[in-house]
Amino acid sequence: MSEILPLIRKEYLISLANEGKREDGRALDEYRSLDIRANVVDKAEGSALVSLGGTMVFAGVKVDAGEPYPDTPDDGVMITGAELIPMAAPDFEAGPPGEEAVEVARVVDRGIRESKALDTKALCVRENELVRLVFVDLHVMDYDGNLIDACGVAAMTALATSQMPVLDENDKPTEEKLPLPVRDLAVPCTFVKLGNSLLVDPSLDEERALDSRITVATDQEHHVCAMQKSNIGGFSLDEIKHAVRIATVKGEEIRAAIREAIK
Amino acid sequence: MERVDGRRFDELRPIKIEAGVLKRADGSCYIEWGRNKIYAAVYGPKKVLPRHLEKDDRAILRCRYNMAPFSVEERKRPGPDRRAVEIGKVMQGALEPAILVHYYPKSMIEISVEVVQANAGTRCAGITAVSVALADAGIPMRDLVPACAAGKVDGQIILDLAKEEDNLGEADMPVAIIPRLNQITLLQMDGKLAEQEVEQAVALAMQGCQQVYQMQIDALRKKYAGAEYE
Repeated sequence: MSEILPLIRKEYLISLANEGKREDGRALDEYRSLDIRANVVDKAEGSALVSLGGTMVFAGVKVDAGEPYPDTPDDGVMITGAELIPMAAPDFEAGPPGEEAVEVARVVDRGIRESKALDTKALCVRENELVRLVFVDLHVMDYDGNLIDACGVAAMTALATSQMPVLDENDKPTEEKLPLPVRDLAVPCTFVKLGNSLLVDPSLDEERALDSRITVATDQEHHVCAMQKSNIGGFSLDEIKHAVRIATVKGEEIRAAIREAIK
Repeated sequence: MERVDGRRFDELRPIKIEAGVLKRADGSCYIEWGRNKIYAAVYGPKKVLPRHLEKDDRAILRCRYNMAPFSVEERKRPGPDRRAVEIGKVMQGALEPAILVHYYPKSMIEISVEVVQANAGTRCAGITAVSVALADAGIPMRDLVPACAAGKVDGQIILDLAKEEDNLGEADMPVAIIPRLNQITLLQMDGKLAEQEVEQAVALAMQGCQQVYQMQIDALRKKYAGAEYE
């Protein structure tokens, strides 16, 4: 019985979308208000607080030093994690990250990694021996839909403002700081499919009603650097072409907002 | 362009699919795709455990993707890592749209993929095999779900990247489709592609899926053509 109400909501959201409308009055290709604040946590090497509509996410960067992976001996390491803590939604549970959290972290990570936004070669201290480890932790405080985009923007902003401590001759961190080698701004752009329409930046209700979701990450040269179709349901080739087109345009708007926040 | 194993740009690796290879599972499949060796098993529809996952109006799907510790160059620590969790999730997304889950309310279909030898493209081979195993289990479906990747190597968009190509390539994009509905139900990409190249790669991967689809049908025919009811 508990599943009747969501079905009625879904029918309603689909009928709106078919007329090109959304419940909150946005256009199908319009983001909610995006607020980015950089350097909000003193203890972190870099941080950001991003609000996208009612979704609120902290990203914090910590930099350490350690061994490289054997297959990339001269590359620094970036590790991205996401926690959907119980504070953020009534159905989020404590404990190790579930599927949803793992997917958010991996899609955000992939966009940044594949765009080479973080120059990992510049994070090598001594090949095969010591490289810098960059931990990006995403802390979701309030879940109102579209975690991937909010987390992606937060992670990119936090990295772009990070200052890592320089190591001394004994590989111990000193007071001296250098910016992380960030060369690009990669951002994800997420759509849900409702009926036959693609809606950018889904709200919580739109996300709950979705048949399927697709994320397209772009870099500042307008290359697509990561894609992920998620959830049940499918897309036609034309819908994917449409998503890539819109993601390229929206990516530029989001990058402009990040640049403004970090200048 | 010469590929590492001499294939044409739009040529798949050799694929062998066999339906019904495990005794205990309700449905199963073994696939060899290039040097990948993968088993898929289906149990159910069965009682939902844990109970709170139960849905009043349909069956739920649980997908587990696992790699044997000896399946890759460097021993993989046993148990699910984050990559495996993500693959399980996207596999479910790829397969469920094809299954008539509303035929089996309050039940669960358990799917597992075990990779015993990995050589690039295991999720596509896994989805292809699971779909055959679902048919072997007699689960009602709208269609089979074939999967295949396309990617970019040396500036060229090519089909079904081998391990060496994936390692050096500029992009990799696994795709699964429901042929009868012409719907894409798995799409991931990592690397760098221009807008035009995305379109080209998806279209090429879809062609690859059509070839894989025929092999799935052939495998099921081979097992069931002329079979008598038990």
